[in-house]
Amino acid sequence: MFEIRIHSRGGQGGVTAARLLALAAIHDGKYATAAPFYGAERRGAPIVSFVRIDDRPIRIYSQIKKPDMVIVLDASVMDVVDVLQGLKSGGKVLINSQQKKEFAGFTSSHVDLTGIALKENLVVSGSPILNTPVIGALAKQGIVSVDSAKKAIREMFSDERNVKAAETAYQEMSA
Amino acid sequence: MKKISTGNKAVAEAVKQLVPAVVAAYPITPQTEIVEQIAEFVSSGELKSRYIAVESEHSAMAACIGASITGVRTFTATSSHGLLYMHEMTNWAAGARLPIVMANVNRSLGPGWNIWAEHTDALQERDTGWLQVYVSTVQEAYDATIMAFRIAEHNDVLLPVMVNLDGFLLSHIMQPLDTVDVGDFVPPIHLPHAIDVKNPRGYGGLTGPDQQFRFSWDIERSIRDSVKVIEKTQNDFAKRFGRKYGFTEDYQCGDADVVIVAMGTLGKEAEVAIDLLRKEGIKAGSMRLRWLRPFPKLDLKGKQVVVIDRDYSFGRGGILATEIVAQTKEDVFSVIAGLGGQEVTYEDLADFVRKRRMGEEFWFGVNANV
Repeated sequence: MFEIRIHSRGGQGGVTAARLLALAAIHDGKYATAAPFYGAERRGAPIVSFVRIDDRPIRIYSQIKKPDMVIVLDASVMDVVDVLQGLKSGGKVLINSQQKKEFAGFTSSHVDLTGIALKENLVVSGSPILNTPVIGALAKQGIVSVDSAKKAIREMFSDERNVKAAETAYQEMSA
Repeated sequence: MKKISTGNKAVAEAVKQLVPAVVAAYPITPQTEIVEQIAEFVSSGELKSRYIAVESEHSAMAACIGASITGVRTFTATSSHGLLYMHEMTNWAAGARLPIVMANVNRSLGPGWNIWAEHTDALQERDTGWLQVYVSTVQEAYDATIMAFRIAEHNDVLLPVMVNLDGFLLSHIMQPLDTVDVGDFVPPIHLPHAIDVKNPRGYGGLTGPDQQFRFSWDIERSIRDSVKVIEKTQNDFAKRFGRKYGFTEDYQCGDADVVIVAMGTLGKEAEVAIDLLRKEGIKAGSMRLRWLRPFPKLDLKGKQVVVIDRDYSFGRGGILATEIVAQTKEDVFSVIAGLGGQEVTYEDLADFVRKRRMGEEFWFGVNANV
């Protein structure tokens, strides 16, 4: 089982990113669940959502305590939340950032999702949409296939710019 | 068709297939998405139901009762305080023998103002004459809702059915969902005592001490008869759509010395705990109780039983534990865990089995003395 925790702020699309990722994994022929953790959230508050991907049906509903990967859609949450908490040794960290960030003991990568969203003019209520480009970055990492990523995005969004943003993120993603 | 859905949307998808004549509902967290989705289906024309946006849950059930007595299919959904607000009417729905189907998204009761999963809401409806089923996956929420209509409307039953799914844990999680073409799996509704303007009769008149008990017995007789109807419906569903459901879902129970009994998502996660325990050489199994009413005959002979109650009856104990002890006449280890959405993992569930003390009650997260 591959377990992913997504950190974002309310309104940034972290929950939808989890859902897209799970949908893409299902298109890959795998089992997946996407579970937002619902607290007293409001726009701007740090939130987490969870994605589990496995070859067998997933029977776990409790929160992910030891993720294989952490995705940070908003680097500013790192000031208030320990995003590395419980991350498995050697686990992956993907950060929405223009700059590379190193974390001892973990494999980190970065991509400027905000810049990509702004370039495609993917902005809703003043917030750049990060959930579709991040799926492209995850396809680059091999978490889901490119075809399934695009299929999932097209099923949930009619605007083709979302697919374009995912493709850009795929290309710009640091190795 | 393979898609991804929340538990809430899966219920709405099932309702869309069954086309109730009337859906009357009031939104409440975490049920809201069910009625939003149904309202959307109705407004887009995908679902030809009359959607009645009522001013309260009491009215939602009253509207369902009024519609149902004309002999049409009805649906509603609620949660927690909404369910409690319906309470007077839920008794009436069962007593009037109306096959209303309701989804209840299990949520704790205030105060405190807690919106997370707990089963006490539905268990406070235990004695109303409603049939109750508890589900554990998005797929099961969909399948159980479809079957609920057939069971409720069967002429040997004619009682309302409540489909229970854990708030947030299941209502808001996204999992794969295979939708089916229901076809004639659920036959058209025929209510023998439907109001008929050509044959006017009195309904709900004064019933004397020489008659009332007959109505109560008639409910009980039908609940007993519902066992066969549920079995047949679940077997037919398996034959037609390939997914098999029982009164319980048993996992590794055959040779087990100790069995976890739980309902809802904890009952499913318990299977992962069983895998852990088996690796340690502990012969453990899991029995997820699906139907609470009618309460099934549980095959627990010769096994130690660890009961997980996500509910409580103050001054008595875990409600499920009490029911099981009443049936098996054996001590259980009664664990009270998950109240108000308290986080309980498969590691915790395995630990309850390892540290079981038969005949005792343990409140998870409270001090060790309890």
